[in-house]
Amino acid sequence: MTLATETTGTKASNEVVRGAFDLDWRDLIRTGAILAAGLVFLSLTGMPEGLDSRVLIDPFLSLGYVSLFWLPLIVGWSVANEKVLEGMAATRKSARDVVAGGVVGAVGGAGLSLLIALISTFDIRDPLVNWNESTQAFLSFQQGTSFGIVACIALCAGLGAFGASLHLMPRKVRRAVVSALLAVVAVAIFESFLVDVADPLSFLYSKTGGLIPLWAVMVGVAALAFTLLGGGDRIGKARSNYQTLTGPAKAKQDTILIVLSVLALIIIPMITGKITQELLANVGIFLLLALGLNIVVGLAGILDLGYVAFFAVGGYTTAVLTSPNRGPDWPEWFPTMPWWGAFLVTLLMAGLVGLFIGAPVIRMRGDYLAIVTLGFGEIIRILFLSDWLNGYFNGAQGITNIPPADFGLFEVKGTDPRSVFYLVLVFAAISIYVSWRLERSRLGRAWMAVREDESVAEAMGINTVNVKLMAFVVGAVLASFAGSVFSAKVGSIFPTSFLILVSIIILVIVIVGGMGNIVGIIVGSVVLVGILGGPKQPGLLAEFSEYKLLIYGALLIWMMLQRPEGLVPNARRSRELHQDEFLQDAWLKGKVDDADENGNGAENGDVAPGLAGGAS
Amino acid sequence: MSDATPILEFRDINTHYGAVHILKDVNLAIYPGELVCLLGGNASGKSTTLKTLLGMVTPTTGSVVLDGEVVNNQPTSYRVERGITMVPENRRLFKRLSVLENLQLGAYLRDDKDGIASDLERIYTMFPRVKERLSQRAGTLSGGEQQMVAMGRALMAQPRVLLMDEPSMGLAPSLVQTNFELIQQIHAEGIAIFMVEQNANMALSIADRGWVLQTGRVVLDDTADALLSNPDLRKSYLGEVGSP
Ligand SMILES: Nc1ncnc2c1ncn2[C@@H]1O[C@H](COP(=O)(O)OP(=O)(O)OP(=O)(O)O)[C@@H](O)[C@H]1O
Ligand SMILES: [Mg+2]
Repeated sequence: MTLATETTGTKASNEVVRGAFDLDWRDLIRTGAILAAGLVFLSLTGMPEGLDSRVLIDPFLSLGYVSLFWLPLIVGWSVANEKVLEGMAATRKSARDVVAGGVVGAVGGAGLSLLIALISTFDIRDPLVNWNESTQAFLSFQQGTSFGIVACIALCAGLGAFGASLHLMPRKVRRAVVSALLAVVAVAIFESFLVDVADPLSFLYSKTGGLIPLWAVMVGVAALAFTLLGGGDRIGKARSNYQTLTGPAKAKQDTILIVLSVLALIIIPMITGKITQELLANVGIFLLLALGLNIVVGLAGILDLGYVAFFAVGGYTTAVLTSPNRGPDWPEWFPTMPWWGAFLVTLLMAGLVGLFIGAPVIRMRGDYLAIVTLGFGEIIRILFLSDWLNGYFNGAQGITNIPPADFGLFEVKGTDPRSVFYLVLVFAAISIYVSWRLERSRLGRAWMAVREDESVAEAMGINTVNVKLMAFVVGAVLASFAGSVFSAKVGSIFPTSFLILVSIIILVIVIVGGMGNIVGIIVGSVVLVGILGGPKQPGLLAEFSEYKLLIYGALLIWMMLQRPEGLVPNARRSRELHQDEFLQDAWLKGKVDDADENGNGAENGDVAPGLAGGAS
Repeated sequence: MSDATPILEFRDINTHYGAVHILKDVNLAIYPGELVCLLGGNASGKSTTLKTLLGMVTPTTGSVVLDGEVVNNQPTSYRVERGITMVPENRRLFKRLSVLENLQLGAYLRDDKDGIASDLERIYTMFPRVKERLSQRAGTLSGGEQQMVAMGRALMAQPRVLLMDEPSMGLAPSLVQTNFELIQQIHAEGIAIFMVEQNANMALSIADRGWVLQTGRVVLDDTADALLSNPDLRKSYLGEVGSP
């Protein structure tokens, strides 16, 4: 390579040196093939076509196309990005990256083109439901197959190249462009939410849905200008300032932040419409559940896959104690009480059921325990459904007519989601505080010790069985909070409200949030339940609800591969990881080794010594 | 020493794992403030002895006696509360917890806040390195640092008897020496030490007494000096190969 002699020159000369077609073709084709597979798979799930009716920018762009064609953009970006990671940053950012992105995109697009062609030739609609004309028409932009075949390749190549070319822009421009794009898409996607929050905003949207093109441009320009004028920088700086704070200064900032967010949470539901209030209430209920499961799984390391059981017990106990329709077999003397009374009984009941299920289960090891809890989760639901207890719980008919929770001054009921939200907010605040205190308590440390190494924990004098049982019971009680509120909110509950899917979604929230990390779990509930939607509750992106499991799955895989420490890693963990990456980068760049060998070379350029070493 | 009552005692202990007989009629006694060691080859039952002493394994017959009281049926926490603490084999720190959390877990059964705080300070003066790394995750410490934290964690329980399972295992040769000095230093504070070691020469050179375990049976029980000069022991454990 002639590179090494050239490195002292300007960046521009580097870009010229490595020819635009001097590429690792095999690697590009492979990445392109993966992209093609992804695109074809996504098309055949039916999601993009199903979302085509949802217009983002009237009449040019639908959510369907966005949900498919973001893929080549991201892959194009990351193809160019990977090269940076190999440690030769200065030389690589050149036109050849754009070519690389384009090639990968084109190969991916060819996959779609092939799909278009094959749909007309073969018929395998039997296993693949979406192998049909409407998918074909969607992929061809409703313009006929030959147009589609060309257009897919061209569009994907263009998007790939555009994604890659982001690396060529100066940092500031790149951020501005990205934020403009994201802003337009976000404003378009969250149409119903934004209008619900602030009705006047509806001038942005056309009557048939979707942003009006002129306003789409304006939103983009506004975001662009904001970033270029340094808005993003200031936010980023404030954040990193906050992260470096310690001691009393941090405590003060934390208090301010908490007060501000609580105020915001109290005010937001007052100005928003029902949709948002309902959404916030659902997020709150799942947050309560996730906080409880976080103690069991995140802190104590007990993989409980049947957590929904305690939610169900909470819901049914409150229902039975408050509803007149509770089932004919309850004895005469069995009381009907106001919600808050039922709530207290519910907590007790959940604690007892937690003990009862926990005692036999807790002695088992990880994987066995997971399977057994999965079983218990189903058993509880089937008991409520069973003929045997039909006289008490009405089987599949469920318990209806659950009265609202009456607090004298106000009532909490489903038709008034704002009241539900405020109640949930109070409970969430309590749960967050309890989790936060527990995590720093002796018991919390004991849980973490058991999670890390059970036999050493025992040697420290921790009674591991009791401590784990305690986690189980605390988790059960927190879940029953949610169950009790849920009953009052929905007014009628059925065994199908407590499917195993609920357990799974709560677990996904905990994993996505980063096990044992309270802030992460709050973010996790907002993202998963608020945006994507709960098992039966629609989220902000109600359009996606049909494909929720697909997205959850993809998100989980991505998380495990890229961010195993959760969406919001806590400071300590992320610092360690970044340290590792930093060292790795430095090593790849030759900084570490070369600094040892010829200690003087390090001062003028980071990259030069490494390249010089590599070229010999 | 022999007129004091032992803190911890084994009387004709037999321990099984399932049907397998591990410890066979073992008798031991640990007196206040002494440093004793248990030697033996691989799989001779040394770790099992420690686990039986601490109550993590229950003996089939015989009695474990703590301060004159039979404690066979008492849980581990009961014994830890009365001053028996173990530094496990391979240190076994709680890897994803911080150094401070590890130390605090050592004091799990204590509630005297002031006492815990002053013991923490004591450990910081003993191991200044540990103090620098309080918020680091224990799993990312170097081997030597981990050893310090493991010892610190055990000391946080205010032990009267410290049970150590192969404290020098996996340490660099230079660290082994420092480690033994550390053990002597802890011993000098009046804490009795019961040390399991493969490094018999080293262990006996600092110990008062020792036992030798062979397939679960005590075959030698003597003062350290006597053991050091015992020809059988020299042959089998101290690396002096006689006739084949
Ligand atoms: N939990 C267990 N279940 C069954 N057998 C066990 C168990 N733990 C230990 N053993 C067996 O008991 C015997 C004694 O084990 P122990 O750990 O006490 O040996 P050791 O003297 O400490 O050996 P080393 O010096 O290698 O650590 C070994 O044969 C071992 O395989
Ligand atoms: Mg051992």
